[in-house]
Amino acid sequence: MTGNPTANILEVDHLSMRFGGIVAVKDLSFTAKRGDITALIGPNGAGKTTVFNCITGFYKPTTGMIRMIHGDSREFLLERLFDFRISKLAKVARTFQNIRLFAGMTALENLMVAQHNGLMRASGYTFLGLIGSPGFRSAERSAIDRARYWLDRIGLLARADEAAGNLPYGDQRRLEIARAMCSRPALLCLDEPAAGLNAREGEALSELLRLIRNEHDTSILLIEHDMSVVMQISDRIIVLDYGVKISEGTPQMIRDDPKVIAAYLGTDEKTAIAVMAGGA
Amino acid sequence: MDYFAQQLINGVVLGSIYGLIAIGYTMVYGIVGMINFAHGDIFMIGGFIALITFLILVSMGLSAVPLILLVMLIVSMAVTAVYGWVVERIAYRPLRQSFRLAPLLSAIGMSFVLMNFSQVSQGAQVKPIPPLITGGYTLHDSGNFAVQLSNVQIMVVVTTIVLLTIFSYIVSRTRFGRDMRACEQDQTMAALLGVNVDRTISMTFVIGASLAAVAGMMYLLYYGLVDFFMGFVAGIKAFTAAVLGGIGSLPGAMLGGLAIGLIETFWSAYFSIEYKDVAAFSILIVVLIFMPTGLLGRPEVEKV
Repeated sequence: MTGNPTANILEVDHLSMRFGGIVAVKDLSFTAKRGDITALIGPNGAGKTTVFNCITGFYKPTTGMIRMIHGDSREFLLERLFDFRISKLAKVARTFQNIRLFAGMTALENLMVAQHNGLMRASGYTFLGLIGSPGFRSAERSAIDRARYWLDRIGLLARADEAAGNLPYGDQRRLEIARAMCSRPALLCLDEPAAGLNAREGEALSELLRLIRNEHDTSILLIEHDMSVVMQISDRIIVLDYGVKISEGTPQMIRDDPKVIAAYLGTDEKTAIAVMAGGA
Repeated sequence: MDYFAQQLINGVVLGSIYGLIAIGYTMVYGIVGMINFAHGDIFMIGGFIALITFLILVSMGLSAVPLILLVMLIVSMAVTAVYGWVVERIAYRPLRQSFRLAPLLSAIGMSFVLMNFSQVSQGAQVKPIPPLITGGYTLHDSGNFAVQLSNVQIMVVVTTIVLLTIFSYIVSRTRFGRDMRACEQDQTMAALLGVNVDRTISMTFVIGASLAAVAGMMYLLYYGLVDFFMGFVAGIKAFTAAVLGGIGSLPGAMLGGLAIGLIETFWSAYFSIEYKDVAAFSILIVVLIFMPTGLLGRPEVEKV
C-alpha cells in the first residue's frame, strides 16, 4: 500500500477460499505492518479462521497470494509452503482457538520443542547431540535460557517442570504464546487468545502481547472476540463479514463505523445508524 | 526350587528378546497410531543380516569372537535400520493421510513381502550358526538338577539392559526424544513449531528396526538358528507383549515382554509345551478384561 516495501510484513492479495459451493473468504486483500498488532474481527462464521488456515498452510487458497516479507526483504509465498517449513523458513507461528499444548510434557519441554530448528542444526541431526558435543551443549543451554526467559515473562518459572496439562487454563493460554515465541517467529498469529479468560487473565494477556510487540521483533496478527482486548492493544483492525472485508482502520475508526455495527447486530446499515443515534 | 530358578532364568532371557521387539511396536503405535505388522519380519531380517555378516567375517579368516560379535551387531543394526526406513518410506508414508485401515493392510502386505523375499533369497531351510559364545556358570547343584546360567544368557540380558538405558535416555533427555513425544501428542502442532514430522517418524522406525535387529541377533546366538518364518510368531508374541504392557508405553513394552517370556517358559516347564501360546494369550485376555489399557498404559481422557 505504501511506497516502502519493507513496511509490510504480510500482504494478503485477492485471497479466496471456496469449499464446494460455499465461499468462506471472497477476494480479500489486506496488509499487516511490521511491528504492529493487527486484529482480524468479525461475527461468527465470517471466515477469520479460514484466513489463518490459509496463512499457516492448512488450506491451499482457491485463488490469491499471501506474501510474507522479512526484515531483510526476503519474501515467501505462504500458499506454496507447507508443514514445518512455515515455521522454519517463513517464520510464522500460530496458536489455535483450543489449547494445543503437549499436555504430557513439562512446561519447559514444551518451550524446548519449539526451538527444534536451532537445536537440530547444532545437534548435527541427532548424532552429535547423542555424544554430547560442546557445540550442541552450548546450543542446548542457550535454548534452556531462552525457555526460562519466556517462562519468567509469563510468571511460570516456578512451575517449569510441571506437566503442561496440569496448569491452570489462563497459564496454559500464555504458555502457548510463549511456546510460539520460542520458535522466534517474525509473525505470530493468535486465534482467539483471550477466549475463556477472566478479566484479570485478559489483562495479563494484553500485557504479554504489548511486551512482544515492544521488546521483540515480532508482529502480531490476532483474531479476537473480546472487544476490550482488541480495542486496547490493536494498532489496526480489519473487519470481515461473510468472507468479505467490510472495514479497516484504527480501533477508533472501527468503533464508529456503522457497517461494522450493522454486521455485529445482524441488521442493515440504516438501522445501525439509527441505533447509534438513539444510543448517543 | 532349583527347577524353578532355572525356568526363571530362561524366562527372563526369552522375555528380553520379546521386550526388544515389543518396543518397536509400541513406539510406532505411539507416534503414527498404526500396528506395524512387518516389525516381526524386520526382526527376522536382523537375524539373517547377523548370520550373513558372520559368514562373511569367517570366510575372511577372522576368528576373534568379541570382534566378530561387535561387527555383527553394528552391521545388523545398520542394515536393518535401512530396511525399517525403506518400509516406512514406501509402504506407510504415502498412506499417512489415508483412512486408518490402509497402512495396516499395507503393513500386513509388507510382512509377506519381507518373508517371501527372505525365503526366495535365502532358501526355505533353517540356517544354523555354530555356537559362538560357549561356557557358563553352574549356580547351584543339588545332585540331580543343576541350575545353569550360560554366557549367552548373560550377554542377552546385559545387552538388553544397556540398550534400554541408552534408549530411555534418548527418549527422555534428548532433542530427538522431545520431538518424538511432541509428535506423539499433536503432529500438527509439532509441525507448526518447526518440527519435521516426517523425519521424526522415519527416525522412530529406524530406532525400532535397529532394536529389532539386536533382538534378531540375540535370537540367532541363543537358539543357534534363523529361518524366514521366525518373524511371524515372534512378532505376534511381541505385539501381544506390547498390548499387555499397555501399547504406547515404553516401560510397558519391556514389562509385557518379560511377562510373556515368563508365562511361556513356566507353562512349558510345569504344564504342557503344546499349550504355551494358549497360556500366553489367555493371560493377555484376562489382563485386558480387568485393565483395558494394559499394565502400564494410560487411559485416554478426552476433555470436553
